[in-house]
Amino acid sequence: MHAVTVTPAPHSAPKPAHEWAVELVGIDKRFGPVHANKDVTLRFAPASIHGLVGENGAGKSTLMSILYGFYQADSGQILVRGREVAIKGSQDAIGLGIGMVHQHFMLVETFTVLENLLLGHEGGPLLAPAVARARKEVEALERTFGLEVPLDALVSDLPVGVQQRVEILKALYRGADVLILDEPTAVLSPPEVAQLFRILERLRAEGRTVVLITHKLKEIMAITDHVSVLRRGAVVAEFATAETNRQQLADAMVGRKANLEVEKAPAAAGPVLLAAEGVNVVDARGVTTLKNASLTVRAGEIVGVAGVAGNGQSELLEVLSGMLPFASGTLTIKGETLKAGSAYDPADARRRGLAHVPEDRLKLAVVKEFPAAQSAILGYHDDKPLGRGWRLDWKRVTAKTAELMERFDVRPRDPSLRTALFSGGNQQKLVMAREMEKEPDILLVGQPTRGVDIGAIAFIHKQLVGLRDRGKAILLVSAELDEIMALSDRILVMCDGEIVGELSAAEATESRIGSMMAGVSAGEEQ
Amino acid sequence: MMDSYFWLLSLLDSMFRLATPLLLAALAGFFSERAGVVDIGLEGKMLMAAFAAAATAAFTGSAGLGLLAAIGASLVLALLHGFACITHRGNQVVSGVALNITAMGLTAVLGNAWFEMGGRTPNLPATARFGELTLPLAETLRGIPVLGSFYYEVISGHNILVYLAMALVPLTAWVAYRTRFGLRLRAVGENPAAVDTAGISVPALRYQAVLIAGLLCGIAGAYLSTAQGAGFQTNMTAGKGYLALAALILGKWKPVPTLLACLLFAAADALQTRLQGVVMPGLGEVPVQLIEALPYLLTVLLLAGFMGKAIPPKASGRPYVKER
Repeated sequence: MHAVTVTPAPHSAPKPAHEWAVELVGIDKRFGPVHANKDVTLRFAPASIHGLVGENGAGKSTLMSILYGFYQADSGQILVRGREVAIKGSQDAIGLGIGMVHQHFMLVETFTVLENLLLGHEGGPLLAPAVARARKEVEALERTFGLEVPLDALVSDLPVGVQQRVEILKALYRGADVLILDEPTAVLSPPEVAQLFRILERLRAEGRTVVLITHKLKEIMAITDHVSVLRRGAVVAEFATAETNRQQLADAMVGRKANLEVEKAPAAAGPVLLAAEGVNVVDARGVTTLKNASLTVRAGEIVGVAGVAGNGQSELLEVLSGMLPFASGTLTIKGETLKAGSAYDPADARRRGLAHVPEDRLKLAVVKEFPAAQSAILGYHDDKPLGRGWRLDWKRVTAKTAELMERFDVRPRDPSLRTALFSGGNQQKLVMAREMEKEPDILLVGQPTRGVDIGAIAFIHKQLVGLRDRGKAILLVSAELDEIMALSDRILVMCDGEIVGELSAAEATESRIGSMMAGVSAGEEQ
Repeated sequence: MMDSYFWLLSLLDSMFRLATPLLLAALAGFFSERAGVVDIGLEGKMLMAAFAAAATAAFTGSAGLGLLAAIGASLVLALLHGFACITHRGNQVVSGVALNITAMGLTAVLGNAWFEMGGRTPNLPATARFGELTLPLAETLRGIPVLGSFYYEVISGHNILVYLAMALVPLTAWVAYRTRFGLRLRAVGENPAAVDTAGISVPALRYQAVLIAGLLCGIAGAYLSTAQGAGFQTNMTAGKGYLALAALILGKWKPVPTLLACLLFAAADALQTRLQGVVMPGLGEVPVQLIEALPYLLTVLLLAGFMGKAIPPKASGRPYVKER
């Protein structure tokens, strides 16, 4: 659990003047054939934190975008503080005291924090007086809500956690009384999550209403007062958080009994199949992005790599898979040692029996515009059975893809459908199928369940454990600590380009890994 | 000694004359591109404006009316560009190229039809052009060595549009960095979604930027045909719009460095006319073609990385679509 102490509602907030801060009544929205919101009714109490959960595509974001004026509902009403309102654009929403922190931050990176706060709220044609006024007001807000942000720093120089605080501050500066946060913890380390939750509690204590959109049930349990579950565009369940539990929420999200635990026997680790020794990666700017990385992965074990995104895990995966050259150190793949500068690339890696499921599916693993069958052979199109001489045999490619789809339960089972039209989970299953099909001795996996629904997560986890049990070596990089802890036999933690620690599955606790991720050494803990 | 000083003064003098249309067009590009709309159509807008100015001045005998007509013609093209790129989210480069081709064809056809001089417009009398202004005290100070002659030869004696263009540089910087409009303009070129979620209309901002670009290109075109020249000639912009874009890139999309880049290109151009026929020691007579290529060679070399990386506004060239 995150190191958060939760004060359960009710609490000593100022007495609200209205029963509900915001009411959405009978909201309905279609995008062409997609029925994104079906007759949704939700009510948010003032001075509370309301959780909104649901799988990808359940309609959470659409609903909140309607409240924020990004879209207009086809039908339904919105009431703010008991009064029916028309929200035709973000300006209306802001005027009604509704603020939103988007998943992808809406910040101008080349601007300072203060300039970002000012944008759209300048209060006059000239900037100089506005800047002076805003500085005072913002400093007052910072004190009230415990939001420390350097006002004159460029946004691009700030870490994500601080950028997020800028977003919250921006909403408050624009007068937000109701604050919507869309998946706010996706980019944060556990200590940053704890800090965010303290801010949210402070907001609640000051009488503001927080709507928290997330797919992490632990967070819902940790911080919210009420929770609503959306499935396929409709509200399927509502609970007071104190009266529910994770299993009940997960079942409501998927509409059947959800499997949250990963079943796995203790590892029977064999010989070392993959090893790195003192590997350094230097990027184009001359910055060392991977520092002196040493690790081993044995046959029959899953080694997890934990860390906040952007701390060298991507470089680690890319160097091991042959996508990036390394400046110094050695790689040993199944007993063969490669030095810096040795010929090694992804095709070479595959020939050596090393497969790679990249972190960013759409950028590195598939081509969105290709039919599934073409995405399903990327990197393997030189394989004998797929071609005749220099030509590809499309019939065989299609047949092969159909077979992969069957084995990995990719839906719909249509090799000619454009890759982009599959859901995230099904795209991922297709990539997993492609990479695992040849029973590679070593599998590198990055973010295997990012943007994947709960049903598919269980399936993917089962496949990975199955491969391990067949005596293969797996290196797993994930930003989801739960996933790392559920699957790994050993856990490496990365921070600032370095592997800062190693824990066995038995020793690993969320708080230990969390503080290592945040760069706190073992001695400083607690 | 004195001779080479006067040679330098006359070089600087023509540098300012040649830099003016480049600068006006580059500032037009500044507004458009900082708002996230790539403007490869600077060339076409300038050409159309040059024709409108010369034709109007030829009919009415008034340079001022010519300038108004130039601005009007350029604004029409700018609106078309905005309609294609902002309202209909078309490809900005394609739209710009289409404008350039349209302007090239239309000016030639209309010129022939109206004046029957092979696409040219009649030579304008001095009264229908922007005349040279002698600044106060220029004659008096002329006799003073070095500074006086610099003032007389280089600073004084240009037409009003040259001074206007130079004054627009600090004005542009002020607007871009000190006003609400400038803040929003720069924001919409970097992250239009941030502007949209702040409750500001992205299309309205971009239209304003594109129209400012139209206005400035209009002045640039009028300068070519009714101030620097005395009439319109077929394709008289001759790539100045592209050169202005290069200056904007070299100036890293900032007003003052863009001015310096324009002056550099103009100096190369001025030098070019002065180097023709000159015998260089050891080289013999430098070929005319090589000299004429000088500004362009300079552009290529400088843009090829001698000046560090120029990072364009992040959203430039990308139509804004609200994502689901």
